[in-house]
Amino acid sequence: MSKPQGLPVFLISAVALAVVPLLLQGFGEAWVRILDTALLYILLALGLNIVVGFAGLLDLGYIAFYAVGAYLFALLASPHLTDNIPAIAAMFPHGLHAPIWLAIPLAAGVSALAGVLLGAPTLKLRGDYLAIVTLGFGEIIRVFLNNLDAPVNITNGPKGVNSIDAISVGGVSLGAPMNVAGWTLYPVTLHYYLFLLIVVVAVIMSQRLHDSRLGRAWMAIREDEIAAKAMGLNTRNIKLLAFGLGAMFGGVAGTLFASFQGFVSPESFSLQESVMVVAMVVLGGSGHIPGVILGAFLLASLPEVLRHVAGPLQAMTGGRLDAAILRQLLVALAMIGIMLMRPRGLWPSPRHEDRMIPDEGEAGGRA
Amino acid sequence: MSAAASLLNVAGVSKRFGGVQALSDVGLCITAGHVHGLIGPNGAGKTTFFNVITGLVPSDKGRFELAGQAYKPTAVHKVAQAGIARTFQNIRLFADMSALDNVRVGRHVRTQVGWWQALLRTKAFLHEEALITRDAMALLDFVGLAGKAQQTARTLSYGDQRRLEIARALATEPKLLALDEPAAGMNATEKLQLHELIERIRQQGRSVLLIEHDVKLVMGLCDHVTVLDQGKLIASGSPAHVQRDPAVIAAYLGGAHQPTE
Repeated sequence: MSKPQGLPVFLISAVALAVVPLLLQGFGEAWVRILDTALLYILLALGLNIVVGFAGLLDLGYIAFYAVGAYLFALLASPHLTDNIPAIAAMFPHGLHAPIWLAIPLAAGVSALAGVLLGAPTLKLRGDYLAIVTLGFGEIIRVFLNNLDAPVNITNGPKGVNSIDAISVGGVSLGAPMNVAGWTLYPVTLHYYLFLLIVVVAVIMSQRLHDSRLGRAWMAIREDEIAAKAMGLNTRNIKLLAFGLGAMFGGVAGTLFASFQGFVSPESFSLQESVMVVAMVVLGGSGHIPGVILGAFLLASLPEVLRHVAGPLQAMTGGRLDAAILRQLLVALAMIGIMLMRPRGLWPSPRHEDRMIPDEGEAGGRA
Repeated sequence: MSAAASLLNVAGVSKRFGGVQALSDVGLCITAGHVHGLIGPNGAGKTTFFNVITGLVPSDKGRFELAGQAYKPTAVHKVAQAGIARTFQNIRLFADMSALDNVRVGRHVRTQVGWWQALLRTKAFLHEEALITRDAMALLDFVGLAGKAQQTARTLSYGDQRRLEIARALATEPKLLALDEPAAGMNATEKLQLHELIERIRQQGRSVLLIEHDVKLVMGLCDHVTVLDQGKLIASGSPAHVQRDPAVIAAYLGGAHQPTE
């Protein structure tokens, strides 16, 4: 929602976002990789925000849709299927190499369908019960991926699928360094720009959904489901749309992830990941898009940044404190601190939602 | 009570919760354009009956007819779509949304532009959004909340919340507006305003079903009153007639049967 007075801010942030990876890649590709990962998590958090933040449905199995998108691309853009299933090899003698314009819409569609299918049995559940069931569904998908290597090897089980194509845009593969006017753009930087573009599209989509009839219906269900029904809202369909549209974002993020890593295995889609995405949404400010982006960015990048801080700390204690444990400890402390000091999230939505009079509400009721 | 003029016709409603017969063979007939009162002592089954009519609680038995069409109150949203909108005894607003958005949600059921149009910001979407906002503002104005459109619902005063709930219900363009104890907890001034508001709703030609404890309000507003006691219909007629009914007096003052405590 760029307002006219926000134009300079918009231009400055656009330039900053474009330049940041170029500056960072000078310090090493690892730094840009952190940004790439953060962008993927932002995409995931934006998707989950539709389900949790807008519609108020606590989904603890969201990572399943990330897995669906990732495996979809992994299977359609790697030698795995053609190597293992002769019929497919016969159909595609040059191997499977799904292009981006097919992969992303397909991932969006298939994961949205998965979202609706997994959402359907949970429609009558609320709160804790919904959380438990979605948690179960998330695990079921992971267990499936782990075991679908026999009798027909579809997912290659715990070994995962590798040699996945890097996405290519307009014939240019993002998997190889590119020279632009004397600058070398590494694959991580190229991916950064693609991810950024998709995140921007996702933000616009989220905001437009938020400001629509459907968005209001989601929020009505979040606030009071019975009252929403009494207003004639078909809560079943509206919830399914939340599950479907939310899952869609997750599926696209999964596809990007598979292309970025070149390798997927069930390990990447554990419960821990689902919990992290929920934490990003809640910590940032459930239902408020800028807050969710902030939460995802912090929680995705903080552990990586702490990796560099934890090292010296470990050295100070003569190696007795393990860096990984220290990192988790610091992240946990940060999370507890934020929740104690800002229980509605770091950047919650202002109490006066979509205000029309801009200079009103300075004293607005923040309890 | 000619069939042509009857808006809501409900008959033979029974409902049992475990060992409690909450309603037995209750019915009522609301004439179009009337304010119809539903009264009775605590525990008489008023709210259960109300919930059955609006689809919140499934009945064991009963026949339901709205504007000459049979309807089955099996799903709350379908009842609302059919044209009965309700408010709640304990206010159920969308607390974290603005007053305007609360009413805009009420417009949902009478509007139709889909989410993909919202994503693309099509002309149809923008046009409908403008209409929704216009209609919602008109309703806020109607209930006297136009100046508080952007306030979060939870920050409104109690009386304002009640009136916002009525505006939200009116936004669904109901044939019948069902109010569950709208005056509960209101002070004298607020009650007077409510009386005047319901009067204006009636003048628009809408029918109102009113559950209320406040005898003055009921007697002053209603064209017709139905009295329940212990899940049974004990009287039905004009307010003046019902007031003199010995069964009603007995139910309220505990003459004929033992007090329940």
